[in-house]
Amino acid sequence: MTLRRISLTVTASLILVAACGGPTNGDARPAAIVAPTTAMGAFADYDAGAVPGGPGKGVRYQLGHRTDSALLAMMNRDVGPDGAELPEGRGTVAQGAALFATTCASCHGKSGEGTPPAYPRLVGRDPRAEHFAFARDPKLPRSIGNYWPYATTLFDYIRRSMPFTAPGSLTDDQVYALSAYLLAANRIISDTAALDAAALRKVRMPYQNRFVPDDRKPDKKVR
Amino acid sequence: MTDHTPPTTDSHDDDNESATQHLSRRDLISGAAGALGGVMLGGLPMALRGQQAMPIRPVVPVDATKLQGAPTSPLGQRSAFETPLRAPYGETVGSSYTPLRELAGTITPADLHFERHHAGIPSLDPQRHTLTIHGLVDRPLTFTVHDIKRFPQVVRTYFVECSGNTRSAYRAPRPDMTAQQVSGLVSTTEWTGVPLATLFREAGVKREAKWFLAEGGDACLLNRSVPIEKAWDDALIVWAQNGEPLRPAQGYPLRLLLPGWEGNINVKWIRRIELGTRPWMTRWETAKYTDPLPNGTARIFTFELDAKSIITSPSHPDMIVERGWRPVSGIAWSGRGRIARVEVSTDGGRSWHDAELLGPSLPKSTVRFQYLWEWRGEEALLLSRATDEAGFIQPTRAAMLVERGPGTDYHFNHIVGWQVERGGRVFFHGET
Repeated sequence: MTLRRISLTVTASLILVAACGGPTNGDARPAAIVAPTTAMGAFADYDAGAVPGGPGKGVRYQLGHRTDSALLAMMNRDVGPDGAELPEGRGTVAQGAALFATTCASCHGKSGEGTPPAYPRLVGRDPRAEHFAFARDPKLPRSIGNYWPYATTLFDYIRRSMPFTAPGSLTDDQVYALSAYLLAANRIISDTAALDAAALRKVRMPYQNRFVPDDRKPDKKVR
Repeated sequence: MTDHTPPTTDSHDDDNESATQHLSRRDLISGAAGALGGVMLGGLPMALRGQQAMPIRPVVPVDATKLQGAPTSPLGQRSAFETPLRAPYGETVGSSYTPLRELAGTITPADLHFERHHAGIPSLDPQRHTLTIHGLVDRPLTFTVHDIKRFPQVVRTYFVECSGNTRSAYRAPRPDMTAQQVSGLVSTTEWTGVPLATLFREAGVKREAKWFLAEGGDACLLNRSVPIEKAWDDALIVWAQNGEPLRPAQGYPLRLLLPGWEGNINVKWIRRIELGTRPWMTRWETAKYTDPLPNGTARIFTFELDAKSIITSPSHPDMIVERGWRPVSGIAWSGRGRIARVEVSTDGGRSWHDAELLGPSLPKSTVRFQYLWEWRGEEALLLSRATDEAGFIQPTRAAMLVERGPGTDYHFNHIVGWQVERGGRVFFHGET
């Protein structure tokens, strides 16, 4: 953003203030609708090198440090919906059930029923979920089986955030086992199943196609 | 006067309603009268009755001009007469709400900025904390906080609002709700930081990058996917809040600030940004922060917060003790740009009047409005209605119920207001 653009924006703000200022004594009058302004924010043509005193147009500051590969390996553990980043390892439903009982049940309940209000229900397949009636029925539990669109989310979340008292302490085998147990308890996979990267990539959640990206644009409609 | 009533717990981690015991309006009135003693109440002047819920007042000299005042001090304190507080508090996974009724103007004092934490507030050393940008970039780079401060800075005023704000008032409005309980998960701050675009150019973001993952350094390593367009628009990495380094509860030492977008995606304590080609579908953008709709779908990736407003004065538990003129005052905001207009109704929406906007209406910030009103002792229903620069008008709750259903979970922006009784008591009115 150039200085000129900034000053134009300031001028526009002042005009807006003038338009809206002053008591109106209750007379309804047309709204002062102004054209959407992005100048305050839009950094698409902001050039950090071109600011007063800067090194020049398009010139980088060369601040920052080459990322240490060990640091990155420690942090870069996210798993996306295609499961491309899933690590090696393997766990069975039975192993997961045993681990759940010792590590998770104290908060999430013996069978993943949750301990409301602090810990939501994890396990449950409700017939009403088949119509995805959550908007009409606030009481319909948004358990993993009723609601979650991607199985990889379960792996990613457990691995990065759980257990609550020792987050990040589970091995990848344990995370696979817990994912397997919770998917089986939600009747997504069989009770005798094992999960590894290939098997988890194949799991499709029942209501994935119910999720639609928000495509509302700035306009007058309530949607 | 400060309201010490704890707000309704508005937990985002479950679908359960308030843990706070339901208080009916009758309970409230009889309780208040009972505390004073029914016999005394009739004999008290109106002005004193309005102060019945006051805590013990601080003691000050009768005439402060007759003795020297207090010395200078290293850290300023509020007047002993002013005790605004966030509430509720004490939860590791939970929220504390900004006391909107006690505030003026638009800027939220840093110590009263609302909180929403999913794994508590981490203790981070600014000399050790770093932000790494990697993935689809020419040069993966790691920035110290000091590095971030060496880039050209920008200063911008934006609100942050939790997308669960006003859920309780939508699901189960009650007369005894305060402005803090209704909409206290919104706060406005003057932020200082660096455009994310500057850091992206420094790292050389590749053309095929379409999304980035932002990851926090708290105990849940909160992660959200962001379309890259936001970085070229107005995204910031901020390190200062209202003229000082960020408070720990707001992301110290570094926070992602995505103006106008739902609070959760403004990742606090940010430590890593990964450029990629598709969203990561994290828990926070699938199992949570999605909006089920009556047509059997759920809206995913709702980022921008629609136009919204709330009257903060008068508001419950105020009691209007004097007839005559007073401002009806509040705040309005929109994540889609500027607020173009705020209207106030004193008759429950039968007629609307343009309110005055006090100060500039900045994009994606709050603006204070006021409408002067002469109260003659009549019953009144005060409402406010904001219009943004795209012409979007804040809807009624009834209209939202039709469009989104009673079980929708986030992004509530319906019209709310306050019922003023003949005797001057003020109660929340949510069923618009």
